[in-house]
Amino acid sequence: MDAVFLTFILMLSIFLGFELIYKVPATLHTPLMSGANAISGITVVGAIGLAGTGQHDIAQWLGAGAVALATINVVGGYMVTDRMLAMFKKRGK
Amino acid sequence: MGATALGIQLAYVISAALFIFGLKLLGSADTARKGNLLSAVGMLLAIVAALLDQGIVEFQWIMAGMLLGGVIGAGAARLVQMTSMPEMVALFNGFGGMASLLVGAAALGAGDNNTFILITIVLSILIGGLTFTGSLVAYGKLSERIGSGAVTFRGQQVVNSLLVMAILGSAVMFCLQPENSQWLYAIIALSLLFGVMAVIPIGGADMPVVISLLNSYSGLAACAAGFAIHNNILIVAGSLVGASGIILTQIMCKAMNRSLSNVLFSGFGGVTSSETVVEGEIKPISVEDAFYILEAASSVVIVPGYGMAVAQAQHVVKEFALLLEKNGCEVNFGIHPVAGRMPGHMNVLLAEADVPYDQLLEMDEVNPRMENVDVAIVIGANDVVNPAAREVESSPIYGMPVINVDKARTVFVLKRSMASGFAGIENPLFYKENTRMLFGDAKESIAGLVRELS
Repeated sequence: MDAVFLTFILMLSIFLGFELIYKVPATLHTPLMSGANAISGITVVGAIGLAGTGQHDIAQWLGAGAVALATINVVGGYMVTDRMLAMFKKRGK
Repeated sequence: MGATALGIQLAYVISAALFIFGLKLLGSADTARKGNLLSAVGMLLAIVAALLDQGIVEFQWIMAGMLLGGVIGAGAARLVQMTSMPEMVALFNGFGGMASLLVGAAALGAGDNNTFILITIVLSILIGGLTFTGSLVAYGKLSERIGSGAVTFRGQQVVNSLLVMAILGSAVMFCLQPENSQWLYAIIALSLLFGVMAVIPIGGADMPVVISLLNSYSGLAACAAGFAIHNNILIVAGSLVGASGIILTQIMCKAMNRSLSNVLFSGFGGVTSSETVVEGEIKPISVEDAFYILEAASSVVIVPGYGMAVAQAQHVVKEFALLLEKNGCEVNFGIHPVAGRMPGHMNVLLAEADVPYDQLLEMDEVNPRMENVDVAIVIGANDVVNPAAREVESSPIYGMPVINVDKARTVFVLKRSMASGFAGIENPLFYKENTRMLFGDAKESIAGLVRELS
């Protein structure tokens, strides 16, 4: 039942994603991509749970590695997106 | 469910809402920055919620990982050049993929492994692994650390088919015998190898498609990892990213008039030779003569390509556009969807040079008004303005939507020499009656025009 519930969420969010992204103009595709890239760093949430078990087994080390990699994604992704978007200015401003 | 657990789940719901709203605001240049900020707040909330989980008894490794990742990420984000943005996005995608692979592998030790969980673990390792090495190869090609051409060899299809079968076989064996870790290692190794094999046959000109696709994969990998550890927020966020990457991939393919499978498997972007019979002659023009024509022009469209960025000419182009405007001329930029090395790359490069975004017109906006344009100036672009795409049925790019600069009254093409473009296709534009070639370094030529105008 759990699997069905999770698949249901998956289906709805894919449709939502399509609806949202189609409306983004071509001008903003690069920031969109790096912003989406930052969101894909959400893996950090899963990695945190695995890196903090205190069991000192291989799973914990893998989790800690995943935290580091996903954080690069999150921090770098959001910062560079902001840096790019700050450059977009309207005429006469 | 305890009060804390419930609180964490609610926090995930709120952060999912923030991601969605953030993406919605990214749909307009006025609100995009706020959207990105909202999305970042959503991420922060999700991370804080995850840290409150009662299963966490030890924080030092989490903090060490976050500190290390944060410093690397922040440093890269501040230092990267806008021209190198595609490489960096590729690299970040790869890290995201690797993180999902590690989470998938670590989830195996978390107990309760029914077949459904095992399948999702396999998927997160597989997608994560191929995203990682695929992105590294893409990074190498984009930064020209390795050759950017397509690498093809005899029997490539056979090798790849064997690889896919080996992956499927290992995946089945892993699900049947999860306690036998050799199948896990086999899947990891094969998926890493598969990422390399999938990206090497794709040529440099097709990289915008590859980056979009890898972007999508990094989201799907996070999504699969979410299934493996039963985490809703990973599934929601991952599938949003997956969907966005797929859409961008589709837009890029459409802009090149090619199917995704054609991009992925054909090894195009290497050498394509075609015999197009071109009539007419090349008519060069000097900077002075170009100036006289521009001085009288009342409407100018500039069509930049990646060559403009390579020559670092965007700043002088901006200055040039300002001077033309001062002269009472209307100046717009026509941006082809695949100009640059990733979707929207050219817009970012011009925004960096302070060109207002409402002056950047998409192909569909600029083409209908081309007949009323006095001068179209092509800077460092070639294939995206090639009229052969409309006129020559035998051309390899026939059917690809292009910016119809040849319909303007006069066309200036700034070009170093007569060499053909990335795709190696002859361009009849250069021989048209209304085309004038301004040979030389694009930056120098524009700087010359700026001197004349000021």
